[in-house]
Order: sequence, then C-alpha cells, then structure tokens
Amino acid sequence: MKNVNLEKTIAYTRKHYVNILSKTIIYALLIGIGYAYLYPLFFMISSSLMSIDDLVSPIVSWIPRSIYLDNYEIAWKVLDANKALFQSIFMAGLPAILQTVATALVGYGLARFEFPLKKLWLFLVVATFLIPAQVTVIPKYMLFDRLKIVGTPLASFLPAIAGQGIKSSIFVLMFYNFFKMMPKAFDEAAEIDGAGSLQIFFRIALPTAVPAIVVAFIFSFVWYWNETYISGLFFGDKIRTLPLKLRDFVSQYQSMYPTEDGSTENRINEGIRMAGTFITILPLLIMYLVLQKQFVESIEKSGITGE
Amino acid sequence: MKRKKYFNNGKLTIAGRNIFWGYLFILPWIIGFLVFTVFPFVFSIYLSLNNINFNIDGIQTKFVGLQYYKYAFQVDTEFPLNFTSSIINIVLSVPLVVIFSLIISIILNKNFKARGIFRAIFFLPVIIISGPVVSELMSNNASKIVDPSRYFIYKFIATLPKSINTPFLYIFDNLVLILWFSGVQILFFLAGLQKISNDIYEAASIDGANSWVTFWKITLPIIKPFILVNAVYTIVDLASFPNNVINTSITNHMFDIDKVYSYSASLSWIYFIAVLAIIGVTFFLLREREPRRTLNR
Repeated sequence: MKNVNLEKTIAYTRKHYVNILSKTIIYALLIGIGYAYLYPLFFMISSSLMSIDDLVSPIVSWIPRSIYLDNYEIAWKVLDANKALFQSIFMAGLPAILQTVATALVGYGLARFEFPLKKLWLFLVVATFLIPAQVTVIPKYMLFDRLKIVGTPLASFLPAIAGQGIKSSIFVLMFYNFFKMMPKAFDEAAEIDGAGSLQIFFRIALPTAVPAIVVAFIFSFVWYWNETYISGLFFGDKIRTLPLKLRDFVSQYQSMYPTEDGSTENRINEGIRMAGTFITILPLLIMYLVLQKQFVESIEKSGITGE
Repeated sequence: MKRKKYFNNGKLTIAGRNIFWGYLFILPWIIGFLVFTVFPFVFSIYLSLNNINFNIDGIQTKFVGLQYYKYAFQVDTEFPLNFTSSIINIVLSVPLVVIFSLIISIILNKNFKARGIFRAIFFLPVIIISGPVVSELMSNNASKIVDPSRYFIYKFIATLPKSINTPFLYIFDNLVLILWFSGVQILFFLAGLQKISNDIYEAASIDGANSWVTFWKITLPIIKPFILVNAVYTIVDLASFPNNVINTSITNHMFDIDKVYSYSASLSWIYFIAVLAIIGVTFFLLREREPRRTLNR
C-alpha cells in the first residue's frame, strides 16, 4: 500500500517539476524572442531622444542623460509632417474602404451564387496573388500616364475599386470563406419575405460580416499606409505620404540644412533619423494600441482560414 | 443530361437568377482583373520583347526578341549580382520565416499568463514594417540586435568555406528582420492550430505519446497545408518588398533613354519566372501526398 502511495507522489512531483521546467523554457523563449522584436523599437525611441553628446558618448547606451526633443522638431519639419500626415491618412483610408467594399462584393458573389466558370474565377483570384507588383507596374504606369491620372489619388483608387488593390486576393478569399460559412437559411427566409439579392447583401450579409470587414479595413489601411513601391512611382512628387517622405529623408534633410563649411553642427545624425522614423510609424502604433485586440483576434473570427 | 432552364415565361428562374446576380457581384472584379492585371501582365511581355521609341510621329515599336533578356545577363554588370543575391535571400529566408513562425505560434497556442501581451508584441512588425522604415533601421544598425561578429561561434563559422558558411552567417546577420517578416504567418498558423481539438492531444497522451511525438504525428500533418500557404505568402511578400534590390533596379531602369520601359519589363519577367520557379519547387516539396489520403478513407 505504502509503496503505491510513494510511487504516486514521486510521479506527481516529477510531473510538477517537468511542468515548472517547461513553463520556464517557454517564458525564456518568449521573452528572448519578444526582446528581438522590440529591440528596434526601443532603439528608435531611445536614440531619437538623445542629443549629439549623448549619441557619441560611450557612457550613454540606452537612457539619455536628458530628454532632447529637438530631433523631433527637426524631423517633423524635414518630413513636412503637417501636410504628409494628412495625405497619409487620406491615401490609406480611402483606398482601404474601397478595397474592403470591392472584395466583400466579390467574395459574396463567389460564395452565395451558383454560376458557370465559378471555379475558374476562384482560381484566378488566387493566381493574381502570385503576380508580384513589379511585373505589372510598367504597363500600369503607361496606362495611367495615358489616362492622365499619374500623380493623382485615382492611380491608387481605381485598382482598389476594381478589387485589384494591395493583396486584395487575400481579402476576397477571406470574404468568400466567411460568406460560405453563413447559413443559407438566412437569405432564404429573407427571400420568402420578398427581399431582393441586393437587399439581402446589404441588410443581412454585411451586418453579419462585421468582423471580416474590420479585418479587411484594418489590414488594407496598414498595407496602403506602408506601401511605397508603387505609390513612389505613380504619385511622383504630387502626393507625399509619410513613408515616402521618410524614404528621401536624408537628401531632404541635406537640402534643408546644408553643411557647406564642413562644420559638424548641421550634420544629420541617427537621433534625427530615428525621430523621423518614429514619427512615420507613430500613427500606426497608436492605432495598434487602440485596436490591438481586434488585430490579433480578428483573423480567427473572420474565418480567413476556411471551414 | 437535362439542360437547365434559365428562363420561364420570360422571367428568370432560380438558376438564371443565380447566374445574373453572381456575375453582377463579381463584375467589378472581372473588369479590374482584365484592366489592371491581365492587360499589364500580357503587355509587359510585349514590352520586354520590343524596343519602344518615342518621337514626334508618336510611339514606334520594333521587335527585338530576347535581346534585353540577354543584355541583362551579358552586358549589365549589376543585374546578375543583384539577381542572385535576391534569389538567395528569398531561398534562405523563406524556410527560416516559416519555421520561426511555426515555433512561435505553437508556443503562443499554449495556455500561459500574459499570452495576449506576447501575441501583441509578435504581431507588431506587421503594422509598422515598410520599405523606408526597414532601411532606416538597417542603416542605423537598429536591426542588429547583438553584434554577432563578437562571438566565438560566428568567428568559427566565418572560417569555414564560403559555400558552407553563407546560410549560417545570413541567419545571424538577419535574425531580427526574419522575425519581423513573420507576423502574418504566425496568425495563419495560430488559426490553424486552434482548429486541432484538444481531444486528440488528450487521447494521444493517454496512449503514452509525449509532446515530441504528438508534434510530429498530430500537429505537423494537420498544419501542413498552412505551411504551404505560409511559404507561398512569404515568397511573394519577400519578392515584392520595396527594399529588394531587383525591385529598385526595375524602377530605376524604367526611363533608360535607349530602352524605355522595355528593359525594366524584361528584368521584371526574369525575376517573376525565378520567383514562380521557387513557388513551384515549394509546391512540389510541400504537396499533399496521395497515398496517405487514401489510407485515411
């Protein structure tokens, strides 16, 4: 009898210790990887608050001796942030809305109706994802040049309306999966009550698809905000979003604060550059802090991964 | 086979209505697909095979065949170097990103305190990653978390022959960036992992399987389709990232006076074919093997 009890306790304590050990390993891994994730961010914030003396001083590594905000003032001017911030929000927000609406329509159409060649269209939706932007960018540029919409917001809006915006295939598939899961009984009931297809879409499908809509909008917003490859070409000098301004930060700085006499006073330093970078990501960072839960949990709710 | 009736007494039947409304809903996409995807796609092939000349009479095109493709590899001194470095980058990064994101998502799927905070941290790069931000971070050394060259292991690997040490040094030098590119992939994997019901794991542990065995026998087979999706996503994501040297050279060559548009178009096609080949190999390696499926049935 006693032996059995002893064995049981040994087994129990062993399990207990294994548990503690595995927990420790998990936390160590998480904190280690988490540090690698946050390091660039910490670095950015810390060096953006340093004066030149702190930056070159070997004693100061992370915490500046005094909070130095001039870097931000200079970076704000170099980025022309008063204007660029507004343009960024506009050039990310509107295409994001258009893209969300367009992809919801396509996803709904593919999910709820039976028609010939449906499989083909679905296949093509997936296939378009594989075509990188740089293959189509030149003819698109020529087309937009011909239409005289290079340098106007339309160069970004038109593809978004037509469901060909940034990574739009993902959203089409997400809406497709979402509407596929929606029980058919809903629209049958509505149909019996005399609702038309459009009415069913707007009154029943869209309100139930709020989680998917939120995901599509947020991700589109972020991707449009961060996009610089196509917009750098299509917008020219007419529309300058914050990331585009950041791309030319150093040359812009040098033309605003020239250093002809070779003095070090006006030379660009990493404090200023990091301040500029931080200003560029700050709006998204704030949005993320507010919507963090939606971001991380929404993908599961939105059914992007299918049944 | 009976033909379906789409009209009845001049009115649409249910089948007919389905076709009408279905196509109406996807019509904007079809138009966009033709205008903004098919046309540019086909036209860029045409551009890459022709010399475009703008003069007073308008635009003149002359068929030159594969001349620009040859030029890229035989005359251009930069392109072959950029091309190989981009392709090597992708080939090395994709497995790393996929494996890292799988490990992280498996850890995140476990039950522990502060899970939400860690999830939020690991997803952060998706929000703030953009070409200019990454290049600012890299040029100010913010992406090099520790200077790896200080460590013995790094020095040791660096002494090995170049063909062996390149991948290892690559991992060390780019660790932070690799992690930063795995946000969306982590989410995909998490969504996949959550579909595996706890009952399976419980049953396995009653049968005496440890977590090592359950990973290989249960988690991995179920998560396998997600690995393919994530690998393809990562390839496309990396290939179209604006910092990619090929992508910048494509835009830089766009307005080359003697070969306007054409040379860029052929560069983009060389690159696209290479990327497609990588995707093809990925599909082949991660494909669903038939015999296993029939066994299950």
